[in-house]
Amino acid sequence: MKWLSDDRLDHLRSIVGNPDFSSTKYTFVKELARGGMGTVYLAEDRELDRLVAIKVLNTPEVTEDLRDRMIREAQIIARLEHPGIVPVHDVGTLPDGRIYYAMKFVRGSRLDEYAAQGASLRDRLRKFQAVCDAVAFAHAHGVIHRDLKPQNIMIGSFGEVLVLDWGVAKIKAQMNAEEQEGTVIGTRDYMSPEQARGENDQLDERADIYSLGAVLQFLLKGQLKVSKAAEAICSKAMASERESRYASASELSEDIGRLLDAEPVTAYRESALEKVGRWVGKNRFLVLLVLAYLLMRIILIFSSRR
Amino acid sequence: MSKPLIGLVLGAVLGAIDGLTAWFTPAVRDQLASIVFGSTIKGIIAGIAIGFFAKKFHSLPIGILFGLLVGAFLAYLVALMQGGYYLEIILPGALVGLIVGFATQKYGKTPATAN
Repeated sequence: MKWLSDDRLDHLRSIVGNPDFSSTKYTFVKELARGGMGTVYLAEDRELDRLVAIKVLNTPEVTEDLRDRMIREAQIIARLEHPGIVPVHDVGTLPDGRIYYAMKFVRGSRLDEYAAQGASLRDRLRKFQAVCDAVAFAHAHGVIHRDLKPQNIMIGSFGEVLVLDWGVAKIKAQMNAEEQEGTVIGTRDYMSPEQARGENDQLDERADIYSLGAVLQFLLKGQLKVSKAAEAICSKAMASERESRYASASELSEDIGRLLDAEPVTAYRESALEKVGRWVGKNRFLVLLVLAYLLMRIILIFSSRR
Repeated sequence: MSKPLIGLVLGAVLGAIDGLTAWFTPAVRDQLASIVFGSTIKGIIAGIAIGFFAKKFHSLPIGILFGLLVGAFLAYLVALMQGGYYLEIILPGALVGLIVGFATQKYGKTPATAN
């Protein structure tokens, strides 16, 4: 009898847990992330000689419902062709019957990691605006993400912003048919009150807007010089009554754009003094020039009187 | 607002204000009206020149430098005509040109070009 070493045994255990891509054009590389429904692996596309991310269902016991969910998720992402949404390349079935879909492998860091690297407030707001634009695009196509959080947003190596994990996303028209009332879907810290109550038939784009507000709150946390306008945008997006929130992700994006351009935002009514302060901040150089001119004038007046 | 128009408006306004400051110099107070008029015309000429320059050259530092030089040159001509007050006329004139140069580059709109 031949005994196996512990190392070899561990290696065999890990291989058994890995998906079998032998019937596909992909070669397993490593596991990237594990979620509730599926696990994402890094694999190599042998035909196109590139790395891809492949999401595979966790359980080998594939029920019709799970299979449908996975295929629907792939279809949802596939229909959203936008630079801010990870494209799906392929969908298929593994030899053990599990559904998988291959998508673009994004090199970079998650939004929470990006924020932890000390990104400036301005950069954070720019990235957040790009997230809003991607979500607005999805909404325009009737898709609600329902699980927006920093961990589901990737910042690519070239600064590109990608919204990931559309696993619990829903096409608005199909909302009622599939989920029972009371089933809570999403991530507690980032979900809207109606989502937390499990009012799934009530959910619309404004549930995502609440989550976007929570993501913005996360990005603003610990930042110095957060203006009242930025805080007001956050509060408006996270209003407990959804009627009080932004009506669309585009509106939220536009307000962020105004904030970045030092323009007045719709979420905050500023006082006359704040208006002056904002204008001075925006036109700092011009103000300095005029002050220099006035100073020079005063000096000339006093020197001519001597 | 187009760059030449910004130059014109700002040149006129700053030129007039620049001229009005002559009130603080008692020796020339009686000539205030002609000083304000001359200073406004000087501002308008400088503003238009700086505005058209900004339309051609899209560069903030070069625009500021051009404004400074035009403002200083026109002010020098005025000082020559006055036969004195070189510093009191050239220094503010140059600074007004600099402000107009900055403003035209920064705030003036460039018309979209058709392909």
